Amino acid sequence: MANAVHIVVCAGIVPDPLQTLEPITGPNGPGLKNEMVLPAVLDPWAASALYEAANLAAKNPGSKVWLVSLGPKAKLQQVMMTAAQKVPFELVPIDGPIGGFPDAHSTAAVLAESIAALPGLDRDRLLLFGGWESATRGAGVTLQLVGERLGITDQFYGVDQIDLRDDGSFEVLERVEGGKHQVSVCAGTPAVLGWATGNLAEPRNNPQTGMANMRTIMPALQKARPATLAPNGLRYVSVSLPKQQRTTRVVKDLTPDEIAAELVEWIGAE
Amino acid sequence: METILVLTHTALSNETGADTGAALTRASLEAMTAGKELAAQLSASLTIGIVAPDSVAASAAASSLASAGARLLAVSGEPFAQPRYASDAAALEALARTANASIILAPASARFARVAAGVAHRLGGFIDTHITGLQIGTAPGAESIEATRWFYRQRVEAVLTRDVRPWFLLLDAGTHAAFAGESASAQVEQVAAQIPALRTTVSGLRSPAQGAQTIRPDAKLLFVAGAGWTKKQLDGQAHAPEAGDLILAFLRVSGASLGSSKSLVDQGGEGQPVLPFLTHLNQIGQTGSTPRHAKGLSTCCHGEEPHVVGWRFIAQRRAVSLDPNCGWTRGKADVVYVADAFQVMAKLNALLEAAKA
Repeated sequence: MANAVHIVVCAGIVPDPLQTLEPITGPNGPGLKNEMVLPAVLDPWAASALYEAANLAAKNPGSKVWLVSLGPKAKLQQVMMTAAQKVPFELVPIDGPIGGFPDAHSTAAVLAESIAALPGLDRDRLLLFGGWESATRGAGVTLQLVGERLGITDQFYGVDQIDLRDDGSFEVLERVEGGKHQVSVCAGTPAVLGWATGNLAEPRNNPQTGMANMRTIMPALQKARPATLAPNGLRYVSVSLPKQQRTTRVVKDLTPDEIAAELVEWIGAE
Repeated sequence: METILVLTHTALSNETGADTGAALTRASLEAMTAGKELAAQLSASLTIGIVAPDSVAASAAASSLASAGARLLAVSGEPFAQPRYASDAAALEALARTANASIILAPASARFARVAAGVAHRLGGFIDTHITGLQIGTAPGAESIEATRWFYRQRVEAVLTRDVRPWFLLLDAGTHAAFAGESASAQVEQVAAQIPALRTTVSGLRSPAQGAQTIRPDAKLLFVAGAGWTKKQLDGQAHAPEAGDLILAFLRVSGASLGSSKSLVDQGGEGQPVLPFLTHLNQIGQTGSTPRHAKGLSTCCHGEEPHVVGWRFIAQRRAVSLDPNCGWTRGKADVVYVADAFQVMAKLNALLEAAKA
């Protein structure tokens, strides 16, 4: 129990990466066409954080994992049908808007408020996890803002590894420029870790884990508190798809020698 | 009237600028250009904040910016020799409070991206990141700063503005020219930062265990290896070791940076005998990086839209693929060679080797 940690994972839901996205502007600002019917998944980097959290909790008896997620209740329920089968966690749903266009500061305020109110959470043992960027807004600021609001001044981003030591300290590898990791040692919790990919493969679906999780997920979803997000002076001038379409030259009749020669010339050209 | 602060930091060993002996990172100098341009457009005052490991480095950085004619502030000292949330946040907070600026520009380096949002919160301000362009709004009677950035992993582009201040804007690297001015002696104001008790010690940098350093952000060419390299070839066998040799040889002779698709990297993580030098750091696309290089050569990729996302900022794109109908290439690559990448790369390496010799 010496190293038992309380891990809160912040994870949003995002459109399945294989979906075609089309931005539209409605009365409440920009959004995606048919956003509510697009298949959704747990945000990929945040999902890495969840798997790492579960792995860490399993290695340190007495630990607990919460998953805090902001999104429309119906979409959260849909995503949880899959996510719940991966690893054990307690869901803390917040019924709010979907998508990347709402203001990150408002999102962070709602998340921080919910985390601070979690019953049984020992904030001295808190590891706040999440993706270092989302696949929607992709700003990389929400977790940092939540950390600040919770008064946590040891924060790490682009994390690929954490090694929790017997004395409660931990080593963290963060992605930095040049394809390298910065190595830091933190004296102990509380801390914020914004995860990149990590080192774990996606866990296989486990129906037993799913059933255990769903016993608490469904009641939690029914009681999810609603949240509205203030724009904080944020206004979108335009939202559009990139228009660039290239004229592709398909070359079928060159030998490998000829292709190599053409590529050498192209690589060398300024 | 806006007042503009540009935050900069000196170069660490892994950052562009350190290798050239420049006092500041290239990304910092790019932010400097953006700040100077914006200040000129708005007739705004310009202040530059420098984070440095000591006063000598701060002075050197200030001298390199002297020609900008801006007010120069610096936070320096041993706690700022290494990037770390608690100390860097204290440094940026002190600089921003001293400058009292309404617009705060900073490079989206790993160092500043780690702390800028926290600092914005401390100042009661707001932040937007990954900015790729800044312009002045044209709405009559209301001059506003408009920032361009991408959403949904480079799939949707938006122009946004805020009417609240202070407004932090983190600029993506490669979106502005680096500031270059005559070096001269400069008066730099030292600013004291209130550092909390430090609980984190930075012990240095670590390269991926796989050995060869294959990620080169400054390379002109990005070489992308797709999962096709490890699939069964025409003889019915997979040739992963040969694929690895060909790819590493190409990186050696061309100086290219190596990117990969998620599927290929994941295969490595699952312990399959594939391309052992690949890590998640090589991954580009939806759950990887979106690098900026002048040219990109893709091989054995049969990517969908998520893979194309990784190529958003590659100017010239060519591909070698056995599939003439590959969805990612049509309309997205400039040239597609329908050929066996094993054969093409062997020939290409030989030609590049010969040219080098």
